[in-house]
Amino acid sequence: MVLTFSALLFSAGVYGVLARRNAVMVLMAIELMLNAVNVNLVAFASALQDVNGQVFALFVIAVAAAEVGIGLAIVILLFRNRETINVDEVSLLKW
Amino acid sequence: MVAQVEETATAVNAFVEYAWVIPLLAFGAGAFTLFFGKRTPGRGAAYGILLIGVAFVWSLGVLWHFVHGGGEYETATTWFEIGSLDVELGILVDGITAAMLVVVTSVSLMVHIYSLGYMHDDERFTWFFVVLSLFTGAMLTVVVASGLIQLLVGWEIMGVCSYLLIGHWWEEKENSDAAIKAFITTRVGDVPFMFGIFALIAATGFETTNIHELGEAIGAEGVSSLFVSMAALLVFGGTIGKSAQFPLHVWLPDAMAGPTPVSALIHAATMVAAGVYLVARMMEVFVNADVWVLQTVGVIAAITTLGAALLAFVQDDIKRVLAYSTLSQLAYMVAGLSVGEAGVTAGIFHLFTHAFFKALLFLAAGSVIHAVHSNNMSDMGGLKKDMPITFWTFVIGSAALAGVVPLAGFWSKDELLVVTQEHTPWLFVVLLLVAVMTAFYMTRCVLLTFFGRYRGHAHAHESPATMTGPLLFLAAASIGVGFLGAPGAPFGKWVFFAHPEEIVFHADVALLGTIAAGVGIALGYLMYRDRKERDPLVGVLGPMWNVLQHRYYVDAFYMRAIIYPIRDRLSAGVDWTNRYILDGVVNGAAMLGRGFGVVINWIDRNVVDGFVNATGEGANASGGFLRSLQTGNVQWYAVLLFVGVLALTIVFVRIA
Repeated sequence: MVLTFSALLFSAGVYGVLARRNAVMVLMAIELMLNAVNVNLVAFASALQDVNGQVFALFVIAVAAAEVGIGLAIVILLFRNRETINVDEVSLLKW
Repeated sequence: MVAQVEETATAVNAFVEYAWVIPLLAFGAGAFTLFFGKRTPGRGAAYGILLIGVAFVWSLGVLWHFVHGGGEYETATTWFEIGSLDVELGILVDGITAAMLVVVTSVSLMVHIYSLGYMHDDERFTWFFVVLSLFTGAMLTVVVASGLIQLLVGWEIMGVCSYLLIGHWWEEKENSDAAIKAFITTRVGDVPFMFGIFALIAATGFETTNIHELGEAIGAEGVSSLFVSMAALLVFGGTIGKSAQFPLHVWLPDAMAGPTPVSALIHAATMVAAGVYLVARMMEVFVNADVWVLQTVGVIAAITTLGAALLAFVQDDIKRVLAYSTLSQLAYMVAGLSVGEAGVTAGIFHLFTHAFFKALLFLAAGSVIHAVHSNNMSDMGGLKKDMPITFWTFVIGSAALAGVVPLAGFWSKDELLVVTQEHTPWLFVVLLLVAVMTAFYMTRCVLLTFFGRYRGHAHAHESPATMTGPLLFLAAASIGVGFLGAPGAPFGKWVFFAHPEEIVFHADVALLGTIAAGVGIALGYLMYRDRKERDPLVGVLGPMWNVLQHRYYVDAFYMRAIIYPIRDRLSAGVDWTNRYILDGVVNGAAMLGRGFGVVINWIDRNVVDGFVNATGEGANASGGFLRSLQTGNVQWYAVLLFVGVLALTIVFVRIA
């Protein structure tokens, strides 16, 4: 039940990352995927009576906070330079 | 190396003991001139003059020993061994050697000094002196050699040097032809000589090459006299070649193509003298051979001396007159030697005196040629006033050659006449006749050159002191050396075979000789007193004139009968070999190379280039494909990432 929930949550995240054009929405979708993983970790920790899973979930939350900080900073700089946060239009890094 | 010293008992002075230094001095002069000559002031002529001067003084020291009644000296060391045969390297110094040493070194020294002036403007001046010294060294080697192989080595070096010197001005075909002729003709004589040496060594059981030991062994019991006779005849072949006796006399007149100092050296001191010296040195062999050997020698000498004297009558080239005169005089000496052991003193004595006055005549002729720039007497005449020193020295030389009392030629010719009169009267008659002829052609030569009206074009002038100096020295020698052989004089005491000879003097023979010279001179004077348009001899000789002009057709005969057939076939053969064998090899190699090239070309283009191009194209194509994935769209990358993860997950799950 819990695993099904987290799988659906993860799939929604993946969809968001791949389909959204807005960079902020992409970051939020990544947040969904991370939290889907967190739910999984806590669920297994509870099922296996092992506290390591919960500890790992706390680490992921901390790293996610840092990631969002850096990601939003990049988005702000991107907007200042290009007047857009649409990921489709940021395609200079190619052959 | 084990030194094998066999010394004779009598005490000898240091000059004799170290006589081997003399040839080394001359060789050293050649080497010094060769290596340092061009860097030395004066282009290196000083080495030759200095060292040969020392050799001359040394030779006088050797002579001193014999003048004081010293005995012969011999020392030798083993050069190398072949089986039981001990090939030795050593010196044999006796009176004959001493006389020859003095002749060779003094004439060579004079020729060296004279060449300073004569060759002054020559572009190969230094090289000329190198070969001149080498030539002298080779002759000195022949003179002092105690072993026959050693003698042969010097003999052959001399042949090479004569080739180099006669062909010194090789830019003209005629000169290089003469050099080749001299070399090959003497070679025809050298081959029998070499086989003669081998025969002598074989006859005595392969023990020694020493001349004296061979001579003794030949005389021993059990050696076939026919074998010895054949060997002696073969050895005489060497003399026929080197001393230009009939029938190998053809090279000597042509050798006039060389510079005049060379002619003087060849005709007086070296080369031709070697042949006569050889007969004297090998007399032990000749006297042990059958009588007919020496008789053959005598006949050949008679033919040569008469034939050459006749040829001297009709020459216009002054050097050719002297060349035929040399032929005639050499045969004179050989005629004396053909008498046997009694003739050795006389023969060597004539060789001794002849060297001085013939060198003088050649050098004086060179002085004339230097002045008028022509060899022909038809371009000379009346030079008496312009070239007084040359004139007087030439006259002295001619008189000595003609045998005028009391010049050198008189005494030695008299000695030969006495010896032949005693032993072989028919040779005596021949020699007397030749004496008349000699006086005649020398008178003709002097009158045509120095008297009458000048017919040349160049402005004649006296030669420089470097040329007249040697002339004066040799003129003095031509007057003086004869007295060594005057009655009671010592020459026979130190130049002899087997036992000392007393110089005998028969008043009647001397008178006959003098009359002969007088008749010759008088005839010459009467005929050539006033220069006529036509040579008066043309009328006298009639058809003979043409025969003589063509040298009895001997040269032509050799050309037609021997040279052309061999040369034509040889060149045809060489041509064929060139065309079909050498060209075939060359062309085959070229074709092989071309074929190989074609294969390599194909491999290069298709295999090697194929690899290289395929690598490039592969990289290009894969790059092109991968490039299309790189769109720059982050979400496209993310799609690929997830598809990849999904694929890997499925794979791992399936495998697990």
